[in-house]
Amino acid sequence: MMLAASMGSEPYLILGAILFTMGAVGLLVRRNALVMFMCVELMLNAVNLSFVALSRELDDLGGQIAVFFVLVVAAAEVVVGLGIIVSIFRRRQGATADDLSVLKG
Amino acid sequence: MNDLIWLIPAFPLAGFLFLVVFGRRLGEPLAGWLATAAVAGSFAASVATFIALQGETVHERAYTVTLWEWLPVGGFQVDFGFLADPLSITMCLFVTGIATLIHLYSIGYMHGDPKFSKFFLYLNLFVFSMLMLVLGDNMLITFLGWEGVGACSYFLISFWHTDDANASAGKKAFVTNRIGDFGFMVAIFFTFAALGTINYTGIVAASPSLATTTATVIAAMLFLGACGKSAQLPLYVWLPDAMAGPTPVSALIHAATMVTGGVYLLARMNPVIAEAASWVPWMIAIVGALTALFAATIAVAQNDIKKVLAYSTVSQLGFMFLAIGSGAYVAALFHMITHAFFKGLLFLGSGSVIHGMEGEQDMRRMGGLFKKMPITAVTFMVGWLAIAGFPFFAGFFSKDEILLFAFDKSPVLWGIGMVAALLTGFYMTRQVIMVFFGKPRWDRPLEEAVPELHAEREAAGIHPGHGAGPTGEIHPHESPWTMTLPLIVLGPLALLGGWLNSAFWDKGKFLEHWLEPVIEFGEHHLVAPTSEKILLGVGATLMGLIGMAAAWFVYAKNKGEAKDKIELKVLLKGWYYDSSIAAFMGGPGRKGFDAIAWFDKHIIDGAVNGVASVVKVSSDKGRTVQTGYVRNYALGLLVGAILVAFFILTKAVY
Repeated sequence: MMLAASMGSEPYLILGAILFTMGAVGLLVRRNALVMFMCVELMLNAVNLSFVALSRELDDLGGQIAVFFVLVVAAAEVVVGLGIIVSIFRRRQGATADDLSVLKG
Repeated sequence: MNDLIWLIPAFPLAGFLFLVVFGRRLGEPLAGWLATAAVAGSFAASVATFIALQGETVHERAYTVTLWEWLPVGGFQVDFGFLADPLSITMCLFVTGIATLIHLYSIGYMHGDPKFSKFFLYLNLFVFSMLMLVLGDNMLITFLGWEGVGACSYFLISFWHTDDANASAGKKAFVTNRIGDFGFMVAIFFTFAALGTINYTGIVAASPSLATTTATVIAAMLFLGACGKSAQLPLYVWLPDAMAGPTPVSALIHAATMVTGGVYLLARMNPVIAEAASWVPWMIAIVGALTALFAATIAVAQNDIKKVLAYSTVSQLGFMFLAIGSGAYVAALFHMITHAFFKGLLFLGSGSVIHGMEGEQDMRRMGGLFKKMPITAVTFMVGWLAIAGFPFFAGFFSKDEILLFAFDKSPVLWGIGMVAALLTGFYMTRQVIMVFFGKPRWDRPLEEAVPELHAEREAAGIHPGHGAGPTGEIHPHESPWTMTLPLIVLGPLALLGGWLNSAFWDKGKFLEHWLEPVIEFGEHHLVAPTSEKILLGVGATLMGLIGMAAAWFVYAKNKGEAKDKIELKVLLKGWYYDSSIAAFMGGPGRKGFDAIAWFDKHIIDGAVNGVASVVKVSSDKGRTVQTGYVRNYALGLLVGAILVAFFILTKAVY
């Protein structure tokens, strides 16, 4: 606790930024729907980390409350998203997101 | 009783609705009897209301019965209500009375027609519309009835629509009436804008506060509307063609309904006309006088039995407008009532002749029918004497009164009216002689009896049908009782109708005393000495008698030898008024319309379609942005997020 308390917020924010960038880049470059999904989760948690760090820095519980909301929404999103992905797997071979472009204009 | 005014229009409406549903199943003649009963019920209701109104004191004789709120729009409040006052009940009485007789007559006349029940359905709707026109307590309900009679006249004129000429006659009536409707509508708008109400009671109360200019515009526009409906110059063209319909319809349009609408409207709005600039009554009087003369000259040369009567109606309506323009509202309404009696009688009589002549309408083919159709002939001759102004017949009283007022307005207008009265005597006598007297021209085949008519029809390719009788021998016969009974009822009315407002002694002016509360605002009062009145009356009567004598001289004594000098081609063709309009509309007018059509198609439609195609082209390009690849959208989101973050950081929102 002492160690953590003595540390500033910068390492947490830097880690959050790195995780967020990894997630964003992964989302853009990977084609497997499942992996893209994981990248989204990574981005969400990077933001959560930043929230918590800043909450401590600013001594404001609002940040932590926001994290709970993000967790709840993410859980719901996982349920829906995974459901969709599973049904795609059943209909097609593989889960390449680029194959699914029927909504093209 | 006065709460039950709504029963008057309700009867024909119920008859109409019932016939719409069950008419075809009822068939002939039950549908006809039902329709007749509906209108007769309406007549009974009118009589009851009339008696109830009689029981009131003079200035209490106006009842408004509001059935429901119709259009409550902010300050614009129109109720669905009826107004029973001396004017509207007078109209109701003769409209329903004569319509009942016409319905009864139609049962005989339309015998064997495949669309028997449909005919009565339209007739009931026609009477209903006319009653709405007359009874409405505001201009909008009157307008509703106004449009209703227009639509019904269209249905009925083109009743035998398989014939091209009938169908276009119906269209002509409808389109010409539209021009008048425009005037009426504008008058309604102006009235509301100026007075804030279109209720007749409200208009009467507020009219003294009208500015002269506003009143002038309203009165002029009302006159335009009345010109269309009541067939005055220059909009009279539809009425002579309106005889293309079955004869009972002509009787209904010419005598009881429709054409009287314009006269009624002007009489109803007399407080506004009284406030208008003086040129409006002058214009009404001049148009009326000219129409009376113009139509009378045309009637002189017509050969179709119904066309003579049709132009005669236009001419008599001209007399009514002359009366209104001269401020003689009572005389106008009086002439309208007597005209309803004798013109209804004449039209039904001519229908009886046509029926007996197996569909032949050309008078050159008739003659000597007196012995074959005694009832028709005698009643027709009563109508003839009435319209010609023979002493003590109905037209004698009403026409003399109009001419009396016209003389007071201007001796020139009086002169025109006198000539028209002379011509009335002339053309009616000519008709009676051609139809009922002289040698029969129907007892041989057409080719032998009337070679000129035969040649005419051969050239035009007209075959026996509506308007043209058989080419062989015709066997005229008297009509069934349903047709002669209305004639027998109308005969005495045409004979005695003038005593409603006899000029001989003051107490005899029933109609004037009765109508006084409604028309007191605009009514002009004569101050001429009695001797002058008598002189003018004798003069007018003499004119009618001279006309009759002249016709007798030409057609009976000299057996029509000089008729070519009188029946000029220009008169037969109606001064080429109709054909000039047709030529103009077909030639230069057509080019103008084509230009407008081009403008509409290319400029107006081009602008609209141009906007549409610009949107289409740009959205065709724009849709390619939607690739359907999830990762593209994700990239878009990311770029957007970065831009937003960049914006916030650089602008330092916090």
